[in-house]
Amino acid sequence: MNSFDVIVVGGGHAGCEAAAAAARMGASVALVSFSRESIGAMSCNPAVGGLGKGHLVREVDAFDGIIARAADHAAIHYRMLNASKGAAVRGPRVQADRRRFKTAIHRMLDEQDGLTIVEGEAAALRLEGRRVRGLDLAGGRSLMAPAVVLATGTFLNGKLHFGMTSCVGGRVGERAAITLADQLRTLGLPIARLKTGTPPRLDGRTIDWAALERQPSDDGDWTMSSMTKRREAPQLFCAITRTNARTHQIIRASLDRSPLFAGEIEGVGPRYCPSIEDKVHRFGDRDGHQIFLEPEGIDDSSVYPNGISTSLPADVQLEMVRSMSGLSRVEITQPGYAVEYDHVDPRVLEPTLAVRSGIVEGLYLAGQINGTTGYEEAAAQGLVAGLNAAARVAGKNPIIFDRSDSYIGVMVDDLVLQGVTEPYRMLTARAEYRLRLRADNAGARLTPIAIAAGCVGEERRGQFERSRQERARVEDMLRQCVSGSDLVRAGMPVRDDGVRRSLSDWLRFPEVDREGLVRLDPALGLVGLAELDEAIQDHRYAPYIARQQSEVARLRSDENVRIPVDLEYSRIAGLSNEMAERLSAALPSTLGAASRIRGITPAALAAILVHARRKAA
Amino acid sequence: MAELHLHGGRAVVAGVLEAFSTIEGLRPAEAGEFTRRAFENGRIDLTEAEGLADLLTAETQSQRRASLTMAGGALGRRVSGWQTQLLRLSAELEALLDFSDEGDVGDELPASWRGSLGQLVDEIGSILRSPPIERLRDGIRVVIAGPPNAGKSSLLNSLAGRRAAITSAIAGTTRDIVEAPTAIGGQPFLLVDTAGLRESQDEIEAEGVERARQSLDAADLILWLGAPSECPDRERSLVVQSKIDLVDTPDPGVEIAVSSETGQGMDALVSTLIERAKSLLPQEGDVAINARHRAALGAALRHLEEAGATTDHLIAAEALRLARVELDRVTGRAGVEHMLDALFGGFCIGK
Repeated sequence: MNSFDVIVVGGGHAGCEAAAAAARMGASVALVSFSRESIGAMSCNPAVGGLGKGHLVREVDAFDGIIARAADHAAIHYRMLNASKGAAVRGPRVQADRRRFKTAIHRMLDEQDGLTIVEGEAAALRLEGRRVRGLDLAGGRSLMAPAVVLATGTFLNGKLHFGMTSCVGGRVGERAAITLADQLRTLGLPIARLKTGTPPRLDGRTIDWAALERQPSDDGDWTMSSMTKRREAPQLFCAITRTNARTHQIIRASLDRSPLFAGEIEGVGPRYCPSIEDKVHRFGDRDGHQIFLEPEGIDDSSVYPNGISTSLPADVQLEMVRSMSGLSRVEITQPGYAVEYDHVDPRVLEPTLAVRSGIVEGLYLAGQINGTTGYEEAAAQGLVAGLNAAARVAGKNPIIFDRSDSYIGVMVDDLVLQGVTEPYRMLTARAEYRLRLRADNAGARLTPIAIAAGCVGEERRGQFERSRQERARVEDMLRQCVSGSDLVRAGMPVRDDGVRRSLSDWLRFPEVDREGLVRLDPALGLVGLAELDEAIQDHRYAPYIARQQSEVARLRSDENVRIPVDLEYSRIAGLSNEMAERLSAALPSTLGAASRIRGITPAALAAILVHARRKAA
Repeated sequence: MAELHLHGGRAVVAGVLEAFSTIEGLRPAEAGEFTRRAFENGRIDLTEAEGLADLLTAETQSQRRASLTMAGGALGRRVSGWQTQLLRLSAELEALLDFSDEGDVGDELPASWRGSLGQLVDEIGSILRSPPIERLRDGIRVVIAGPPNAGKSSLLNSLAGRRAAITSAIAGTTRDIVEAPTAIGGQPFLLVDTAGLRESQDEIEAEGVERARQSLDAADLILWLGAPSECPDRERSLVVQSKIDLVDTPDPGVEIAVSSETGQGMDALVSTLIERAKSLLPQEGDVAINARHRAALGAALRHLEEAGATTDHLIAAEALRLARVELDRVTGRAGVEHMLDALFGGFCIGK
């Protein structure tokens, strides 16, 4: 069979999530990859989640996605980042066994109805005028479909830099997709260049672990997916080492052999994931930088030294790592390298991640091709593109994520309005409604939307319903009214002002916590822990959340003011050239969207509004 | 767009306008329309536009100078300085929230954080306590009050240099509030004459007395013509002995003795008023703020204080975000991306 509803190109995190999401929506899907074996590979750091990123994973999971479940299957180390801070910024993160991760992805894709894996090289889109009709594979075979999702990662005109030598490729040992890139350029998609890097991989058997500070896996039994019942894999520990004055000296002496500094790399790298040569160059006064040594798997001796991404020549890399504590006899199994690659300016995309129909119809882009970095960002975009490609083919309404309901919405909005100037990574600081958008309430926030969209399997619907009932039971129990002295007796030293409040109201006082509540009413120790914790956090921040709610409502009014897409920004007097360029690239559809574009002042908005009205009149 | 300069009087203007009115699609500019256009077209920012608007209605030299300061962007510069400080504070906080897992960011805020926040609170607070710009336009409210027949209306007329209020020897002549805008020494004043304060059976006079009392509440300065011991508000008052030409020795609590009849003491009163005006009016070069700025800056201040009062970094970050939104309301917009720039510029972050 060569005819499908949706074709997904690329078997990375974006492609797998897109294919699975489209298939859950009932579409027949072809997932095209160079080789079946490379589907579900973790090409960079073997970790899933983190600050901001953990939110994305949980949100994809709330839509019945696959990344969180695969991460749980592979997790050999669990760590809740920011555990001591408010729940809104806690970031669940796991260290994953590469093989187990890939196995889990393969199993879920195989079990998914309507999903076919096609091995082959995507040569070019099949077009009819400006409409997508399918995909031509190298070797002459063609697949037909009205919607194509490109999730090609760094494979577009990828160029690898090992010191001063460079070669063409996407990942080490794999080919780059050059013809497809040329076609996208011809279609008029704006293309820019970015770079990213990886550290050298170390042979764990040559590391002196005893000399290093250990970081064990978290206690507790939380998991990435709400569908995972318990932690499955044996837990390993990570270790921490540091760069030192000698390391920095070695790096400085070799800066002229770094393609980054010799001007060989034209792409822009991320501010938050700088190469070690960048860190040493920009922050020369620091006496050292922390390096996390992360095991890549249970039966795998390879270790990922997180924090020394580099494109220095291999001999310098070896000298550099051996200067660090615990690594004096270490061997490098694969030197680090920098990758330069093409990406599409995501401002040509709709919030569905479809290319604007004036350019090409039926084409969706997800993942690094949009200028993002990270598995989690990729998976989340895969979800958005897959859901919407399937919805479009089935004639259903698009599924739009909003800034106020999800990190996914924040990311998509940032991408399509602001574009990228560096590889885009999720941060909690990007979400202005951060207090509402917690990793632990992703299901409550999004699963109802996912169920309505029709992409949630029966098993998760059942689990969600049970969780909702449990939550209602918790709320009933939190309605009981007590006085301050009752709380003091239960070991919560609040100021007793004589007022009787419900437990949910008392939760606004920092002295009131879960342990205290359970001492006060032992029945609360018997309810679902996840539901109780979620309720506690909801009530703890209730006044702030209410305030944000009214802010959201206020901003909604700007969302109702439509701006015609054919507005010629360059002709509006008073907009600087820079503003006009940004607005023309993003073509915001509402005044609210325009107001979020970087550098757009209230005066500019007033001018846009006046012109939009004049045009409408 | 055409601007016309015409010879002669109103009849010429009327004639030209009438001739133009027959041309289809031509209309006279509305008041403030050019300023509004300049704003809408991004030529000037909001505070500059407000400064221009004030300039157009300026009636005294001090009003004109304050408007020019504002139109020149002085407030905008102060606010953008605060925005920069606030972005740095936010960046330090966000570094803890988004990068605490990395060795180069500590677990706690730098020691200087609270100090910088306090300094920002002080600076915004001091601008909020400064005299409002509306006083330049509306004048300093000087309320003349006291018992009946104390010579309040005569004093008003004398200060205003015209017979703005009716005077007579009959106690209770003034029944309503009489307001007389007056420039004294180039400073704008609004002189307010009030009914003499006494218990009255007369319904109209009683209402007048009630209005007089309300007027005292709104006063920037009270000229109290009654017994010093009965002065309603010593802080805001200047105790004046009137009709000094008829009195031998003034009460010991009296600050200034005057006679509207002979002019005795009037020079001293006028120079005292001008002196008081200095602390009540924005001075040349000061950044004065209007009610809109006051509301936004006041809200920003409350959020900053909230950020200082909490130990929860998350709440502090939220409060700073709201403070940024409020400062944005005064001038332009500083988005998340500006905060991230501040963040990445100052820390070595990233694995």
